[in-house]
Amino acid sequence: MTASLEKGHQAFRAVMDAPIASFFSSCVHCGICADACLFHTETGDAKYTPIYKLEPLKRVWKQEFTLLGKLASMIGFYKPITDAELEDWSELVYDSCTLCGRCSMVCPVGNDITYMVRKMREGMAASGHAPAGVIGAVKRTINSGSPMEVTLKALLAQIKHQEDDTGLTIPIDQKGSDYMALLSSMEIINYPEYLGSLAKIFNKAGVSWTLSSDAFEATNAGIQIGASDIAREIVMRIVDAAEKLQVKNVISPECGHAFTALRWEGPNLIGRPYSFNVIHILELLDNLRADGKIKTKGGDSEPLTFHDPCQIVRRGGVVQQPRDLLNMVATDFREMTEHGTMNWCCGGGGGVSANERADELKLLAFKKKKAQIEELGVHKMVTACANCRIVMEGSLEHYNMDVEVVGLSEMVAEYLEE
Amino acid sequence: MDGANELLLWAKGDAFEWALGILIMGTVLRLIEIFSLRRKPDFSVAREHSPGSGWKTIISRSYRVNVSSPRAILTYLTGYTFHIGLLIIILFLTPHIEIWKSMTGFSWPGLATSFIDLIVVITMVALLVALVDRLTSAVKKQLTTVGDYFAWLVTFLPLLTGYFSYHHMWLPYTQMLALHILSVELLMVVLPFTKLIHSVTIGISRWYNGDQFARKGVAS
Ligand code: SF4
Ligand code: SF4
Repeated sequence: MTASLEKGHQAFRAVMDAPIASFFSSCVHCGICADACLFHTETGDAKYTPIYKLEPLKRVWKQEFTLLGKLASMIGFYKPITDAELEDWSELVYDSCTLCGRCSMVCPVGNDITYMVRKMREGMAASGHAPAGVIGAVKRTINSGSPMEVTLKALLAQIKHQEDDTGLTIPIDQKGSDYMALLSSMEIINYPEYLGSLAKIFNKAGVSWTLSSDAFEATNAGIQIGASDIAREIVMRIVDAAEKLQVKNVISPECGHAFTALRWEGPNLIGRPYSFNVIHILELLDNLRADGKIKTKGGDSEPLTFHDPCQIVRRGGVVQQPRDLLNMVATDFREMTEHGTMNWCCGGGGGVSANERADELKLLAFKKKKAQIEELGVHKMVTACANCRIVMEGSLEHYNMDVEVVGLSEMVAEYLEE
Repeated sequence: MDGANELLLWAKGDAFEWALGILIMGTVLRLIEIFSLRRKPDFSVAREHSPGSGWKTIISRSYRVNVSSPRAILTYLTGYTFHIGLLIIILFLTPHIEIWKSMTGFSWPGLATSFIDLIVVITMVALLVALVDRLTSAVKKQLTTVGDYFAWLVTFLPLLTGYFSYHHMWLPYTQMLALHILSVELLMVVLPFTKLIHSVTIGISRWYNGDQFARKGVAS
């Protein structure tokens, strides 16, 4: 893709819709959104005020989509967007926004700022102002199907390991299965136990499932960067694989971003509904729990807490399920003060973790989570997103904190009744 | 008839009609601007049961406060105070009710003028505090444009002129009343073209917000 300012401008115009116009019309410049954003609260820097991150997009709206703005432009008050300006804004739109959705919960006039940041990225990517780290992830995904260049060979090796560990067969390319499971590269490389856990749980619950050798990667770097054409191509790989295997459901892995990409953005990217359902692994596990298909024995008695992955909880609606599952396997589960749909982000979502330029800022943003953990005084934190997990593990290490991070599905598998 | 009376009559008559016309036409125009941009169909399957909805968010954003920094609390305090104050004044001052009656045919009991007078003072104080806050908060300063000060001024002027005319201060009553009415008309004329349009579009933006969250199963 060759990027240009003109393409960026066109993309800004193309994303303009009635919600965005109503949001910009309604903004009263009260600054309340700043207090919802961890990049502002943890740095104190006013430039990280969520709505400020959208200034160039807002100006395009004002000048080109309102009567008064058009009149003002006609008499010479038109200020075009420039490459220099967008380059300045690149940090605000990518490095300091995890698309966590918290600002959208707080704005008094109801602006869904997160929605707008996501849209604004379309213009940023088209004009060539996306960060190198995210561009790299996109290129790797286009070439190899995975942002981390995880090949089928690597997956097969991990499958073999997990089969050896669990003594179970991990099905691959099984046509007509009820469920097709997807993974994130981070899970394949850093947390392959997730796959073994699925095998154990599904074996106990009698779930018919499979992996696909054509499409096993669930994340979508095209969405993180804001390039819908690429995002569409990545989603299509999954759709084709699911349709080829004729599965009824596709399971989104423990990766928040993948869930958003697959469950909410995917059908819109391809312009039609799927022929299958998309279900998050926690939803499926909780359904199995409710149906009595998975039973656990014992549980973790250590005080622990749950970190809500933004895209699964606030932006995904899977709020109660992780709590029900956790209560099944932990006896001392303590909620952080702000949890569930008002949780605080780990600091590395929305492409931030793939963007080396944001490394320092990401660590600063983590101070929010750090304070939350310290307030509870626990040394164990359960979560359900490989990205949150890797970001938090790195940040905990940076701050010398003695806190273990555990995946929820693995925890359920650990306490399965034999 | 002297000039002041003439001005008052014009303010109450032609000027009011023009202001009302511009308010309505301007608002319709702004709404067309918004809705003509439309929204793409959403092909993702919405959750069947959701604790939220667009309509719920229209209401819930009026009372749900999810931030707690001192600056945010100040913003909420001043915001609630002057919004509620303005509503009380516009809806429950007896002379205002008369205007509503002449326009809609409906009337309702007014509140004691001395009480409204107090509300006017409180509302003005809240607006002044909000102004100082805007001038001193780094976050707000960064977002503020000339339009914000203009919107502040056209909101403040009707309160000030109303207060002066009730207390027979500064100018003779007739002149002050004429100024009061004209200041309200200025507010009506500029409302659609400034951030004051949020008084109308807030319902739309909250609805979209609530709807977008609700289809995912979240009450925003
Ligand atoms: S909280 Fe909402 S209205 Fe206030 S500045 Fe932010 S976007 Fe604008
Ligand atoms: S989505 Fe989250 S990170 Fe992005 S601006 Fe809003 S609060 Fe900040």
